[in-house]
This record gives sequence, structure tokens and C-alpha cells, in this order.
Amino acid sequence: MRAAHFFWDASLNTPVFAPWADPDAKPLIRFQNVTKSFGDFTAIDDLTLDIFEREFFALLGPSGCGKTTMMRMLAGFEEPTQGRIELAGRDIAAVPPNKRAVNMMFQSYALFPHLSVWENIAFGLRREGKDKAAIAARVEDMLKLTRLQKFARRKPHQISGGQRQRVALARSLAKAPKLLLLDEPLGALDAKLREDTQFELMDIQEKTGTTFVIVTHDQEEAMTVASRIAVMDEGKIMQVDTPDRIYEVPNSVYVADFIGDVNILDGTLTANGENSFALHYAPDQAPITARSDRPFTDGQSAHLAIRPEKVAIHKEKPEGVDNLLSGEVLDIAYLGNLSTYHVRLPGGQVVKAQIANTRRLSRRDITWEDKVWISWTFTAGVLLDQ
Amino acid sequence: MTRLSRFNVVSLTLGFAFLYIPMLILVIYSFNASKLVTVWAGFSTKWYGELLRNEQFLDAAWVTLRVAVISSTIATVLGTMAAYVLVRGGRFFGRTLFSGMIYAPLVMPEVITGLSLLLLFIGIGLDRGVLTIVLAHTTFSMCYVSVVVSSRLMSFDRSLEEAALDLGASPFDAFRLVTLPIIAPAVISGWLLAFTLSLDDLVIASFASGPSATTLPMKIWSSVRLGVSPEINALSSILIGLVTVGVISASLASKHASLRRQQETQAAARTT
Repeated sequence: MRAAHFFWDASLNTPVFAPWADPDAKPLIRFQNVTKSFGDFTAIDDLTLDIFEREFFALLGPSGCGKTTMMRMLAGFEEPTQGRIELAGRDIAAVPPNKRAVNMMFQSYALFPHLSVWENIAFGLRREGKDKAAIAARVEDMLKLTRLQKFARRKPHQISGGQRQRVALARSLAKAPKLLLLDEPLGALDAKLREDTQFELMDIQEKTGTTFVIVTHDQEEAMTVASRIAVMDEGKIMQVDTPDRIYEVPNSVYVADFIGDVNILDGTLTANGENSFALHYAPDQAPITARSDRPFTDGQSAHLAIRPEKVAIHKEKPEGVDNLLSGEVLDIAYLGNLSTYHVRLPGGQVVKAQIANTRRLSRRDITWEDKVWISWTFTAGVLLDQ
Repeated sequence: MTRLSRFNVVSLTLGFAFLYIPMLILVIYSFNASKLVTVWAGFSTKWYGELLRNEQFLDAAWVTLRVAVISSTIATVLGTMAAYVLVRGGRFFGRTLFSGMIYAPLVMPEVITGLSLLLLFIGIGLDRGVLTIVLAHTTFSMCYVSVVVSSRLMSFDRSLEEAALDLGASPFDAFRLVTLPIIAPAVISGWLLAFTLSLDDLVIASFASGPSATTLPMKIWSSVRLGVSPEINALSSILIGLVTVGVISASLASKHASLRRQQETQAAARTT
């Protein structure tokens, strides 16, 4: 690993991998004002993005947002209509897919059904014209990495879904590509297996030092595996950031709403201190105070995004809290580990408060139609202008 | 097992009687000792022996076989190529026209195909013989191959080819190493279809052949016009036997393969 990419994060006291914060770092992949149209439909709209070496980069968005098109452009199956895509500083528009140092793991796995697991993994190596011993050694390494040694002689239809997924991964890693593209790699696995495989993927990414770009519509998956996430919508990137910042500091209502659960309160702002604003969300209620590093003008309309787990719920009126609202319990969703209370404010807005069920019978004192108080600190929410 | 109702039994009997009684009669009369086709004079296999000594029939059979093998092979190569371009070529100029045109010979009356080929061969001064029959049969059976192969290609997972390209295979290697082995069953059935079509074609072969080459259907047709001989019955029985054995063994083999595959898939799913 190149030392220049490591910063000392004072709050964590550990070196942090963050090449995107280093102005001298050279990106491995660079999208420059890339547009891709299919007839009248614009799949990618003037998109600019840098992805760095050794990153585990997630493209996240609903279906039809253009994330798969971006991946297919990287693999060489689609050409940009406008703009430039660079790989390691070179424009790759004219390079056909079979000449790119990029490999892809397909959503359907696309294992060759007539070839054994061993032959599937060796397929790419044989195209390079390597000698037999070198190919055999590399295939063995890949089988070991993905724990498939026992299944080398089997055909794809003779192994289970999870094993097929690992064959697809081994095959795409065998050529030691600069960049590995993963198209919804875990979509076909059941929840339990998916979770295990996510950690396995991260492990393999670390071991091999390959740059991974993963396409997914599963936000939990993106949060788990990625070093950075790009949230996309209608061919545009809405926000690119680390998972924690995407979650804690979204830049728009769209991103806040797409990742996890969120309460949005609309209103107008007035400044009430340095970096502090009052949000008037209902005519006859006291305003909500929120901190924001971003500047807002007085009278500007804005949205406060606040996560349900940052909202506390009380039966008795608490003292010394930043924001206190009263309401009535409309609904309770019991999820086992968590309970979500839907609280209706006098103005009709519904705010969700989420409480971890740390004790067996905790919070059973609050029930439907109870009058309750909800509170949060003035740093808990994020003020957004769009 | 479901018990059939009386109505079902009757329909089944009628249907199959309609289909198979003519052939059955033919086979029975091929073992007739009498020279007269309509009079039964006891069991004999002599006509089979006569057949093997009939040079004309053997020649015709040999011509037919050669024509069928060569023309169906060429038709399979050309038909597969055409299907591949039409299904995979993307939306190039005139694609709709081409894909319509490749199917047109399917509905074209054979007489017209035969006549136009005859005019072509005369026009370019090609001597009619085995070569012209091969060309004619390739022409009309190629579109059948193309139909069979393109329907398989349409259901073919495109990402398999993309995976091959992605792993560094040239487009030709991707076709040779991935596409072709996977669509092989369709290509083989296309070949078999072309082969059978060529074997039993009478009309087009009559137009395209000259005095130097006579196919078996042409030979049978011309000898029947002089009266049905028991030799022809024997020959036809042999053909029926060959086809029956071929069809039954092919369907058994494919049933066995799909059963095994199903068992293996289930076994794999259990060991997750």
C-alpha cells in the first residue's frame, strides 16, 4: 500500500485509507463528463467521478438509475456517447473488452455450463497463452482462496448457488485484474449466506489488493462492504462519500431517504446563532433548533432529516433537552431487536422514534394513543436545502 | 396411470391407424414371396436380397447419402452463421429485411425453388449432377437450420459471451469456445433436419439433377411409374427401420441426459 494515502485520524487514532482526500493521489478510474444515451433515453447524464486504487467502491441506486450502464462502460460492453473514461490515466474508449485489464463478475454469474469449475477458472488464463504449469498453479491458488478445491472437477450445475457465486468470483480474479467489477454479486443468495459472503468479499479484496467496484441496489450491502458509496438517481450521482458520511451527513433528501429510515420535517429557517438555525415547521409550535455548517439565508425553506434512532421517546416530560415535541403514539412496529414508534405531532406530521429493546420488557409502558414526548439534540439532524 | 375413457381409446386408435396403417402394409408386403404386390403368397426375405444386388438402387442410395451429408453440412455452417448474425448482430441496416428473407424459402413452393435453381444452373452453364443437387439442397435446407439455431440463440444468456470476452477471448474464440458448445444440440438438430429434408426431397432434386445423378426418391418415383415392385417395398421398409431406430435412440439419449442433469442439480442443492 502506498503510504501517501494514509492519514492520521485524530479521533480514531488509526491510519485511515482515504486516497480521495489526498489532492496528489492519481485515480485509477476517471469518468470525465460522461454521457450515455440509448436513443432518446439518457442513462448517464454528464457524470464525473474518480475511483482510486484499492478502493471498494459501491454504485448504489434504484433499478434504472444507470449504475449497471456505468459498469458495462468500464467493462467495455458499452461506449460512452460523450466524455472520456480513463483507466490508469489512459482513455479506454477504443479498447475492446477482451483487451482491458478489467474483469467482471456477472449478476447471473455467467459460468460456462459445459466446462468444469477448474476449466471455468482457467478460461481467462488460457487466453493469455500462459504455460500449463503456471495456469494450474494460479487455478489452484484461486480454488484455495475461494475454498473450492473439492469441487474443481464438477460442472456448474453440480454445485450449489453459493459455490457458483464463488466460482464466478475466482474466475474473475484469476487474471489478477487492476479492476474487478461486481454486478449485484450477491443478489441470488439468501440473506444468511449473503451476509457471510459480504465479509468474505471484503477479506478477498484486502488479500488481493484489487480495486473493486460493486453495483448494488441493497443499501445494507453497500454500507457493509464499501470504502465509498456513490448514490445514483436517473443517471446522475447524488452524493459520493464514505458510508458513515452518506448516512450521517446526506446532502439531499433523496440520499437521506434512500439510505436507511429517516424523518423529514419541512419548514422555513431563521438564524439563531453561529451555525445554528431555527426551523419553523408548524405555525403554532416552537421552532426546532439544528446545527448546520452549511449556510442558509433567513426565510429559506429547508428540510430537517433526522434518523429514527436519534429520536428519544419519553412518557414523562424530560428536562434539559434541545428539542422537545409532544405527540400521540399512532403505531408501534416491533422488530424484535428494535421497536419503532410512530408519533403524530399536533400539526399532523408523523415522526418515527426507534428504541433498541435492550431489556426484555423495556418500554412496554408506552402503548397506542398514549401522549408522549419526543426529543433530540440540536446536532442530531441534518438541514438540507433540496 | 390414468384409465382412458372409451372415447379416448377410440380417438387414439383412429388417429394412429390413420398414421401407421399405410406403413404397416408396406412393411408386410415387403416380406411377400409373390412378385405381385396385391397378392400374398407367403413369407420371404428374397426381395431384400434382390435389392442388394440391384446396382441402380445402390447407386441412387449412395448419391442420396452423399448429397444429404454434404448439403446438410454446408447448410448447417451457413445457417448457423446467418442465425448468429441476425440474432447477435445488433440493429444493423436492413436487419429486418434480411431476417424476413431468410425465412421466405420455408414457404416458397418447391416447384418454384426448383425451377429458379434450374434456370440459374443453365444460365451459368453448370453441368447438372451431384454438385447441382448439393447446391440446391443447401439452398433450401439452410433456412431450416437458421430457424432452429436462431431460436436457441434467442434464449441464450448473452452474458456468457460477454464473460468470455471479458476474460480475454477474441470474438471468434468466444463463439468457438462458449457459444458453439452450448448451442451444439440446436446445431445438431438443424443438421439432422437438413439431412432428412435432403434425403426425401424429390421435387427440387428432379429439377437440379442431370442424367449423371439420380437420388433414391427419384429412382423410387420413376420405378413406381412402371409398377410397384416388392423391391421398393423392401427398400422403404429399410428406410422406415433406420428412421425408427434413429428417432428412438435419440429421444432415449436426450431423456437420459436430462434426467441425470436434474438429479445432479438436486444433489448439488442439497449439499449447500
